[in-house]
Parts: sequence; C-alpha cells; structure tokens
Amino acid sequence: MLEVTGLRVSYGGIQAVRGITFHVNEGEMVALIGANGAGKSSTLRALARLLEPAGGSVRYRGKELVSLPPYRLVGEGIALVPEGRGVFPRMSSLENLRMGAYARNDKAEIERDLEHVLGHFPRLKERAQQTAGTLSGGEQQMLAIGRALMSKPRLMLLDEPSMGLAPIMVQKIFEVIRTVSLEGMTILLVEQNAKLALEVSQRGYVMESGEITVTDESKKLLADPKVRAAYLGE
Amino acid sequence: MNDQVKTSVPWQRHWMAVVLIGVVLLAVPFVAALGGQAWVRIANFAILYVFLALGLNIVVGYAGLLDLGYVAFYAVGAYVYALLASPHFGLHLPFWVILPVGAGIACIFGMLLGAPTLKLRGDYLAIVTLGFGEIIRIFLNNLNAPINVTNGAQGITLIDPIRIGDFSFADTTTVLGVAISGPQKYYFLLVALAIMVIIVNIRLQNSRVGRAWQAIREDEVAAKACGINTRNIKLLAFAMGASFGGIAGGVFSAMQGFVSPESFSLMESITILAMVVLGGMGHIPGVILGAILLTALPEVLRYGIEPLQQAVFGRMIIDPESLRMLIFGLSMVLVMRFRPAGLWPSPQRRRELAESAN
Repeated sequence: MLEVTGLRVSYGGIQAVRGITFHVNEGEMVALIGANGAGKSSTLRALARLLEPAGGSVRYRGKELVSLPPYRLVGEGIALVPEGRGVFPRMSSLENLRMGAYARNDKAEIERDLEHVLGHFPRLKERAQQTAGTLSGGEQQMLAIGRALMSKPRLMLLDEPSMGLAPIMVQKIFEVIRTVSLEGMTILLVEQNAKLALEVSQRGYVMESGEITVTDESKKLLADPKVRAAYLGE
Repeated sequence: MNDQVKTSVPWQRHWMAVVLIGVVLLAVPFVAALGGQAWVRIANFAILYVFLALGLNIVVGYAGLLDLGYVAFYAVGAYVYALLASPHFGLHLPFWVILPVGAGIACIFGMLLGAPTLKLRGDYLAIVTLGFGEIIRIFLNNLNAPINVTNGAQGITLIDPIRIGDFSFADTTTVLGVAISGPQKYYFLLVALAIMVIIVNIRLQNSRVGRAWQAIREDEVAAKACGINTRNIKLLAFAMGASFGGIAGGVFSAMQGFVSPESFSLMESITILAMVVLGGMGHIPGVILGAILLTALPEVLRYGIEPLQQAVFGRMIIDPESLRMLIFGLSMVLVMRFRPAGLWPSPQRRRELAESAN
C-alpha cells in the first residue's frame, strides 16, 4: 500500500534520513522504532508532506505522494496523528472530531462515524463539550487519534502516541490502536517505546542515525538479543 | 418549564433589541448635530472605524494573523477613489464604479502581502506587515516624480463627494421638512456599510471557512492534517480584510474631500488593531464597542478637558492635548490589566482565560 524508496531528509547540510526504503502492506501495522534523533519523526513528517524530502520516492497505492501538497493527503485516505497530540485547544472535543471530517461532505455518514469513534473513546464522550486544551494528555492523544479516524482514512500515520503520557494511559492508547488495527486499518506507527510498539505491530523497522539497520517480524525483533539490548533495556 | 422561558424570551428580546438599536442609530446624527456638525463627523468616524475594525477582525480575530499594516489597504482604497474622482487626473467616475475597483485593488494588495508571508506567524508576521504599511505610505509620499501620480505630501484635494444622479452627499437636503446635512447623509451610508460588514462577519464566524481559520489559528500542522488548504485559506483572510479596508478608504476619501499620506501612518494601524484587541478579539459586539470607544474617547477628552479644568481649578493647568493622550493611554493599560480578554470578549474566550488562570 505504501512504498518508500530511498527517502532522504536533510536540515541544512545535516542528513536526518539517509535514503531509507521500506513498505507497509494493506491491513498491517508496521512499527518504526529507534532512539531519539534516529530520524523516525523526520521520516513520518516527510511522508505527511510537512517537510520537503531531499530525495527518494513515496508511492501510495501506486501514486507518487512527493508532489502532493499536505492538505491533499486526507483526500487520498491518509491521516496523520501529529507528534505532541496537536489538538485544537480552544475547540471542544466534539468540534475537534468534526474538524477531522473537514474534507468530507457526507453528513449522515459523518454522524455515524462520530458515534463509532466516540464508541472507541467513552472518555471523550463524557467530555464532548469540554475545550480540548483542558483535557489531560492521554485524553488529548485519544482525541487526536479520534480526529484522524474521522477523516475515514485507509492509512494512519501515528507519530509517538505514547510520548509524555502516564503508563496507564499509554496502555489504554495502545489498546485503542490495536482495536483500530483489528478493524482493518493500515497503520504506520513511529514510536520510541519499542517494546509496546513491537507488541502491537506485525512487522518492525529499526532506525539508527538516519538508516534502517534491522527489519523483521515484530515477534522476532522482540526476541532478537541485539534489539533487546539496544531498545528494550536488557 | 425553565426551558420554555429560555426559548421564548430571547425571541422577543431579539426584536426589542433590534428596534432599540435602530431607533438609537436613527437618532444619533440628529442628537449629535445639536452640539454642532463636528459631532456628526465624529459619529461618522466612529462608524467608519467600526467598519475598519471588523475588516481587520477577519484577519486578526478569525485567522489569527497579526497584521500591523492594515492601514495600507485603507490608503489604497482612499487613493483609488481620490485619483478616479478628482481634478487631479480630471477623472470623475461615479462612486459605484470606484468603490468596487478600490476594493479589488486593495484585495490584490492584500494577496501581495499575504503570499510572501504565508510561513510567518506572530511577531515575525507583525514586523513584515508593519513594513508593508510603511512602504505604501512612503510610496504615496514620493510618487509625485517623475510622473505625478499621488501629488506627494500635499495630497489630493477637491475629491468628488458620493453622488447618485443629482443627489449629492455633500449638500443639505430637506426631506419632509427635516434638513439633513452632508455629514448626516454620510452617517446613514456608513451605517449601511457597517451593517453589511457585520453580517459578513457573523456569516463567516460559523462557516466552513470560519472553522478552517480557527483551526489554523490554533494548530497549523493539525489543520493541514485535517485537509485544510492552509495557504488559500490564509490568503482569503488577507484578501477579505483588505477589500473591506479598501471600501472604507474610498468612503473616507469621498467624505473628507481630501487625502494625504499623513492620514495613513503606523499609528492608524495600531489604533485599529487596538480597537479589535481592546474590544474583544474575534467577538463582533466587542470589536464594535472597541471601535466606538476608541474613536469617541479622544474626542470627548478633547472637548471635555478644558471646561473641566476651568471648573475645578478656575484656569488651565495642563495642556489638553498632552493630557488627552495620557488618559487615553492609561485607560488602555487599565483595560488590559483588568480585562485581558477585552472589554466585551466572547463567552468562549472568557471561559478559556478563566480556565488557564486556574
């Protein structure tokens, strides 16, 4: 579904991503793990067209994405859950979710999806009228995921969903991610918490200094002594 | 029971309010005229600033783009009118041609400013827009050679008043035994224009575009991720704001009969911005209140300080002009200290400030 070939990202003269190649098949969840500064987020930002890649190609369902402006991605069926949540702080939870459906105009279906998304997040249903800026970090992350779901994507790009959250919240968020994945969503998950990411995903890529160094099924990566030593704190 | 009361009362109140506001608006120019035509002109400027402030509110209040050069569009509109309806070029086009042309040209200038500044936010955008405002003013000041386009610092005089057939806004007309002076006629024209811009503001607030502006204001990355074409939506804010500035400029030109670059200083931009911020950014009644207060207050002080000093001290102690700006500045500081969201903020904004204070 998503094929990335030789993707390069540089900031000034510094190469953050040095020509990486990977792919995501339809219906699977793929984890991109690595230490801080390995280039994971830069990769995702380049995929989401938030920054201009220095080279390489990103093909999604056979279509080249590199020439598309960012706002067109939603129409193609790609939704980004930005790093650090990125909810609209002064809008209510409900308004945030509706913004996710901004590019759609099938009113009846939007209402149905709204019910569906709120079904995933009973917490948000309770706080539907509260302004998003006053929600807890975990609730904001739920809201960001919910908003992405409201655009009815085929592919979801998740940028560090566990960042800055209490462990119990992280568990909850990952449960939801797993549920969404089981419903058939294709997911690319960028995550520092390697253990969790590998537990929920089918395949994983390990990034180190802008390059992909290891790739395998998530189960095997979890068992790999080198990965365990470097990323799982053993 | 309670619900019934809540739903039935506002409907009647609504009409009561509309009628009341209508009566007040009708009475203002005649009451003001009791104190001399100068007061009618002050009322006119108050309404003109309501118009300008609501135009700027689209850019600053809705889209969240801090524009310190708004007066440039006002200037463009004023000069378009002046050049096309004065002896300067010998052109005397009718106002219904010039006002749309002025709005259009101001709109183009708005996009000229907007396009290169799309990636700037906050203080950086403020600096660029400030520079833009100054560039326009300096151009107007110096565009008298080699070809005399703007007549430089002397400005353009003898600008045509607004005229519909034989009905001129400059003369006094007697209708049903009531004499209506020129300024009073402009007053009604300005009120009509202000109502138009209020309607546009209200419609925008709850529209798709309005929501997109709010999204961009709060988180641009997330807005893009929601599928909002942030570039076009931001340009639209600049273009709309600028068009209103252009219309206001045209009316200003016609009403004054004279324009010069002096009228379009940085101070003017800041005053209009202060009306928006002081009244309550993004909240229409607040912006209207801010515009009226900031126009009226300096004038009231101008006419009020001298008699007041005479009455209290028996003589003039402090020069009214300097005291006027002092009181004006002090009142602004006080408002920001005690009502940081503006004099009349939107309920939502007030709630947020309360929440963030806790």
